[in-house]
Amino acid sequence: MEKLSGASMVVRSLIDEGVKHIFGYPGGSVLDIYDALHEKSNIEHILVRHEQAAVHMADGYARATGEVGVVLVTSGPGATNTITGIATAYMDSIPLVVISGQVPSSLIGNDAFQECDMIGISRPVVKHSFLVTDPRDIPAILKKAFYIASSGRPGPVVIDIPKDCMNPAVLYDYQYPEDISMRSYNPTTSGHKGQIRRGLQALLNAKKPVLYVGGGAVISGCDAQILALSEKLQIPVVSTLMGLGAFPGTHKNSVGMLGMHGCYEANMTMHNSDLIFGIGVRFDDRTTNNVEKYCPNAKILHIDIDPSSISKTIRVDIPIVGSAEKILDDMLAQIEANDYTINDPAANDQWWSDIATWRAVDSLKYSTNDKKIKPQQVIEAVHKLTNGDAYVASDVGQHQMFAALYYPFNKPRRWINSGGLGTMGFGLPAALGVKLAMPEETVICVTGDGSIQMNIQELSTALQYDIPVIIINLNNHFLGMVKQWQDMIYAGRHSQSYMDSVPDFAKISEAYGHIGMTISNPAELEEGLQKALSMKDRLVFMDIHVDETEHVHPMQIRGGAMNEMWLSKTEKS
Amino acid sequence: MRRIISVLLENQPGALSRVVGLFSQRGYNIETLTVAPTEDKTLSRLTITVNADEYVLEQIEKQLHKLIDVLKVSNITESAHVERELALIKVKAQGENREEVKRLADIFRGQIVDVTQKLYTVQLIGTSDKLDACIAALADFTKVVEISRSGVVGLARGEKAMKA
Repeated sequence: MEKLSGASMVVRSLIDEGVKHIFGYPGGSVLDIYDALHEKSNIEHILVRHEQAAVHMADGYARATGEVGVVLVTSGPGATNTITGIATAYMDSIPLVVISGQVPSSLIGNDAFQECDMIGISRPVVKHSFLVTDPRDIPAILKKAFYIASSGRPGPVVIDIPKDCMNPAVLYDYQYPEDISMRSYNPTTSGHKGQIRRGLQALLNAKKPVLYVGGGAVISGCDAQILALSEKLQIPVVSTLMGLGAFPGTHKNSVGMLGMHGCYEANMTMHNSDLIFGIGVRFDDRTTNNVEKYCPNAKILHIDIDPSSISKTIRVDIPIVGSAEKILDDMLAQIEANDYTINDPAANDQWWSDIATWRAVDSLKYSTNDKKIKPQQVIEAVHKLTNGDAYVASDVGQHQMFAALYYPFNKPRRWINSGGLGTMGFGLPAALGVKLAMPEETVICVTGDGSIQMNIQELSTALQYDIPVIIINLNNHFLGMVKQWQDMIYAGRHSQSYMDSVPDFAKISEAYGHIGMTISNPAELEEGLQKALSMKDRLVFMDIHVDETEHVHPMQIRGGAMNEMWLSKTEKS
Repeated sequence: MRRIISVLLENQPGALSRVVGLFSQRGYNIETLTVAPTEDKTLSRLTITVNADEYVLEQIEKQLHKLIDVLKVSNITESAHVERELALIKVKAQGENREEVKRLADIFRGQIVDVTQKLYTVQLIGTSDKLDACIAALADFTKVVEISRSGVVGLARGEKAMKA
């Protein structure tokens, strides 16, 4: 049997797991792994400029591909810097394996240099974690970590390895396990047959059904099934922020994004529905508004692979635990075998005509002028010029909502954003991770002057590894979403939301060795975007100065029902 | 409502902190918690008492199941069960109180397990209610110096058993 050191076993296990990219930053506790990595060239290591960005890059990589993202960092500050990234991935169920070095076993608990209890500090934001106590366990722990991260409801897994477990001078038998079984972890994938039958009957009997799809639908890869179900039974589809792309945004049955900043027709469809079929959603507070007033006439049918997501905030009438893809396959097979159609076609027609009246409100309308660029206008132009087929990684704030609302995604895994944790600084590193995974695709980072400065140092990483993404910075010299809330709720008192020393981003980009462009004239917008998109092999930072007075609308009224929205600054639903 | 939840847990480093962390993280209140290895050395058994309604209990059970180290979760209060708690109660026992403490311990079927000239330590086993009652009765006439309670342990009655 092959003999390897602990450090070499880490690298070999990653190779045997099929890992192609690692995102990381070296330091004292992981130098043995870095040395082993130096010998083996078949894994590309991306050296970031801050560990948080390493996790976001691995996260973007994982979101775009569905594979597990891998991070390698040192102990202490290296480990603590990953926490925001890990929490971001945890909230959105993204599979990651984060390997952190630890001080030698003999020093653990001694407040040694660069010591931090990584297992403890990461505990609330990981799916699971391992502290290596015997180097011989390394291959099995890595195998388990990848399995846990990617199966069931995916999530980040931390492996903390004390330095003495990586000693290059001590060799052990190495064999990577072919498979793994864990008595305490067996996620359910097939749904309960009786529940599936009940769910399908409820759907067929509904007069006002709606498919409510979320991030779980993207993860499960059930976009084809949702499309078939919607078309077969003529059911409207609304999507959460995380579910965008699980159903084609430009399909006639798509009613758009729901929730706090959802469009009018999506929220109205939910509120008036008599059967909500949630697929991989978690009834998050940004999608329900006041739960006491939530969709008063609706029965709720809910598929989720995580039983704890069911009846957590909203009581579910027909729960089905399992993989959305398998359960929808079962439903479609039953529809096929029995030639089922919706039981009340007249009611279905009426339902669609209700939806048509809500659509006619045109809640995403906005006005343009020749003085100032509107942020919505920028996103629509980007959509047009990329044929709606780009990978769009977003930061967090107004620009995120504009991107979600004005760039309809027709395919899953193209919309990359921090939905659950809402992490500013996510966008740029995530975009770089996506581009590394998909070098042939157009990758756009939509950001704002606040968010971009939270991880702007990664422009340096982008240069080192030649990662040509396009940054669309919707620059309004404000923390836009904070300002919007202050305008609406705090009588326009802009406490600490104004940034009066925003740098010249185009110059920053140039200083980092990239191309920078500044646009503030609406007439130059499309031409500028066209130019940026044509430079396929360069990172282009487009600093676009937009109207700072613009708000994201609709916006649900706090404490109200799903159908209570501000449609503009002055107009309520 | 008070519930007793039994948990079989992999005997791994950090496993207990995951359970305890879960309760504080999600805002569930632990009233008592006991933990010890089982006959199978790779497993620990936890007994947790919480005050929770039906809905919170359902979430607690689901969230516990979600922890990778958790094998089994069972709400033993949902059917017939045996529950016991142990208390060691150190009380002032001087003068006429000395005899009264002994009498009260006998009534509650406690035992005096440590004696000094001024103090008795009473060992008492029973349900938490019984322990509360005994402590209150002692406090009525003498000074309770110190109490150590074990927290609740419990098992379902009859054939039912929680196994890996």
